[in-house]
Amino acid sequence: MTDTATEPSRRTSLKGSRGGEAGDRVFSGLALTAGIVILLVLAFVAVFLLIESLPALWPEAFSDQDTIESADTFWQYVWPLMAGTLIASIIAILLATPVAVGIALYISHYAPRSIATPVGYVIDLLAAIPSVVFGAWGMTVLAGAMVPIYAWLNEYLGWIPLFGGTPTTTGRTLLTSGVVLAVMILPIITSLCREIFLQTPKLHEEAALALGATRWEMVKMTVFPFARAGIVSSIMLGLGRALGETMAVTLVLSPGIFSWSLIQSGRNATIPSEIALNFPEAFGMRQSELIAAGLMLFIITLAVNMVARWIVSRHKEFSGAN
Amino acid sequence: MSKRIDAVDLNVYYGNFRAVEGVNINIEPRSVTAFIGPSGCGKTTFLRTINRMHEVLPGARAEGRLLLDGEDIYDPGVDPVTVRTMVGMVFQRPNPFPTMSIRDNILAGYKLNGTRMSKSTADGIVEKSLRGANLWNEVKDRLDKPGSGLSGGQQQRLCIARSIAVEPDVILMDEPCSALDPISTLAIEDLINELKDNYTVVIVTHNMQQAARVADKTAFFNIAGTGKPGKLIEYDDTSVIFNNPSNKQTEDYVSGRFG
Ligand SMILES: Nc1ncnc2c1ncn2[C@@H]1O[C@H](COP(=O)(O)OP(=O)(O)O)[C@@H](O)[C@H]1O
Ligand SMILES: [Mg+2]
Repeated sequence: MTDTATEPSRRTSLKGSRGGEAGDRVFSGLALTAGIVILLVLAFVAVFLLIESLPALWPEAFSDQDTIESADTFWQYVWPLMAGTLIASIIAILLATPVAVGIALYISHYAPRSIATPVGYVIDLLAAIPSVVFGAWGMTVLAGAMVPIYAWLNEYLGWIPLFGGTPTTTGRTLLTSGVVLAVMILPIITSLCREIFLQTPKLHEEAALALGATRWEMVKMTVFPFARAGIVSSIMLGLGRALGETMAVTLVLSPGIFSWSLIQSGRNATIPSEIALNFPEAFGMRQSELIAAGLMLFIITLAVNMVARWIVSRHKEFSGAN
Repeated sequence: MSKRIDAVDLNVYYGNFRAVEGVNINIEPRSVTAFIGPSGCGKTTFLRTINRMHEVLPGARAEGRLLLDGEDIYDPGVDPVTVRTMVGMVFQRPNPFPTMSIRDNILAGYKLNGTRMSKSTADGIVEKSLRGANLWNEVKDRLDKPGSGLSGGQQQRLCIARSIAVEPDVILMDEPCSALDPISTLAIEDLINELKDNYTVVIVTHNMQQAARVADKTAFFNIAGTGKPGKLIEYDDTSVIFNNPSNKQTEDYVSGRFG
């Protein structure tokens, strides 16, 4: 018995294929298809939004009315909603980011493993809580608790327009909504930042320590610069979630006309909560208005993502990726 | 500048595992000392106790005394951060800060101290350190480019420049040439020869020819078997270690009869 039959055959020519490129072709085909499908879906959504919005955007041409229902022009109707959406989201980001980065850093670089692991686990669990739960908590617990804080802000900082006017007695304001959104996106940002911080190469951390850096200096010198792009991305992900959040805001906010004061009830509104509150009964022109408002949100989100990409790419050369 | 190093009964642990046992060694200032020995015998571990980098790993600690010019760096009152500003370290893999330019890499140590300095002072430090690391001519036109764009050998010399910029007393190098080509290796060896005019240099190397070329004295470490602690077997002038060692294990190792 010889085992020559089981010996792998040796190649004698450079020409011809080794075999196995089929895998490459299948994979690149799959990747391409997936990419095209995503683009198509996006384009489809955009086209749908645009077509359905046309009567509200340009009533003279696309409807039998001269104006929209809720205001004289669409812009008059939509700008307070856009402002409310942006303000609530920015409040959320401003409050959540420093806390999230702090917690993430504590877990990744300061806490002993016996604490870091369970805390990280709890944060990941928080990220999975549905937003309606945050909304219910904001409405029943947080709103009431914020009332005395608003009274204080109004009394001592009332000269700042943001805290002016008559303070709320229910606490159901845009600022409360922002705080609820902050709590909601906190675990998302924390969780992502922790992953990114943990990926800082040990090599570079040790380089800093060996130069005589304290732990905090090491973090500033290696962890933060290395994680910059990732932190921006995680903030944008949080911002995206805050911009589009419906339930958490709808349950908390008692909406109304736009006001710079963030501590009055019956003021301000956001696009998602406006849509959620009114869509079920809307038809005709009113429905177009709401969809057009949705289109604006779509554009805002797109713009936010583009700005984020631009920020991330600005320092590519020094990103550590090369 | 340039301090002597004395280890007295030094034991080094990872958790409960004793990686290095009972090291006693006296290293003269302004000299080059090489650590040689088989993989896993604790060369890196011992080297990292000399600037207290060992203890940054969770559970890692050292027992015994390690004297820098007679001062015990493991004294409870000593801040490891201070120790590390006096004892610089070059790692096995070149690790310039990728988010910083070449210039900022050199000045990183000063930035940590919060030293405020004029641009001309800073320029002077950058040039002096890069010249000291034989790198100036190659990078003087691209000081504002990232250090990660250099070749491996240039990156390693940049790391050496970064550690000599803060004028330490001791420079530790852990297999600094193991990731480099022969030409870059020669450049670094030349550099080590020049560095000993000003610094105490300790270098770990796998390459016995390299130890023979650069070191005044050589220390041979060995382990009895896996799981056993590494020990300092013999420490003497490099020529003695390679030509006339007194210990049988050293002789077997340097003559390549190591099993
Ligand atoms: N981070 C670590 N944790 C636990 N054990 C380690 C660690 N690093 C090294 N060791 C162990 O310590 C011993 C000495 O390792 P090392 O100092 O790296 O040897 P060398 O540099 O001489 O090759 C080895 O047994 C190794 O497995
Ligand atoms: Mg080693």
